[in-house]
Amino acid sequence: MNPALDSKIQNPVRPDSTWPSLLDCSAKEVFQIMVQTDLTTISGPIAEVAVGDTTAMVGLAGALCGVLYIRCNSHTAESITGRMLGTGTVNPSEVADAIAEICNMVAGNFKGKITRLADHCMLSVPTVIRGEDYEMVAIADGDRITCCLGYDRSPLWVCLAIHS
Amino acid sequence: MKRPRVLIVDDSSVMRKIVERSLRQAGLDLGDVVQAGNGIEALAAVREGVFDLILSDINMPAMDGLEFLRQLGTIEAAKGTPVVMVTTEGSESRVVEALSIGAKGYIRKPFTPDQIKERVSPLLEVVR
Repeated sequence: MNPALDSKIQNPVRPDSTWPSLLDCSAKEVFQIMVQTDLTTISGPIAEVAVGDTTAMVGLAGALCGVLYIRCNSHTAESITGRMLGTGTVNPSEVADAIAEICNMVAGNFKGKITRLADHCMLSVPTVIRGEDYEMVAIADGDRITCCLGYDRSPLWVCLAIHS
Repeated sequence: MKRPRVLIVDDSSVMRKIVERSLRQAGLDLGDVVQAGNGIEALAAVREGVFDLILSDINMPAMDGLEFLRQLGTIEAAKGTPVVMVTTEGSESRVVEALSIGAKGYIRKPFTPDQIKERVSPLLEVVR
């Protein structure tokens, strides 16, 4: 059996009060290094519900089961892609690729900050959803951590939905 | 002086471009840079020509970086080619596994050009 999946049975990891700040920090670090942008933390009513027509998600399995996703509007996604590549214009086919990689890096950075997860949680290959007429519904009770971050003047959301 | 030939393996075309740009931003004088989207494509590239350095992601569809490393070890012409893993993996065990089957080092994403240079320069010095 895969050691990461085996550890789920033995040592499931539950979120604690430090996780929201670790998720916030993980996203800010990735954007600072790869997008050369300092994200700001947004709070208030706008922060509570993620919206936007571009969503990238990465599954987590092992000691922690769930999904980490980033959601933003397409204009923000295109801007992020341009800054990652250092180009003013972007090929539309590269936008999904870039947002998926950002999501993957945030997930990897986040799990690397939690000792009990680093070696006992695997990440899936990322998936991107285009369109905003959908709703994320958890199929089981679980925790959800949502960070709303300001990219230029637009919000983007980094969410961790954890299966119980 | 020989300009090193480099193979970049990543399922993300954006990340392949960023890795190449970072190598050049780091001031490395590269020759031909070839890109592959997974381990299968990378093995095909290696069978067609010799590289001085390979940078490979771990988590890829079709054939991941660890399987690529294993199969690379069976190709006579590729023996001695340094491979550096470029990965989001926070998992020490996957990195240790990569090192145990032949990787010369790893770079964790996100990375800066300086981090790439620090890891890659000593390997390219050997080429020169």
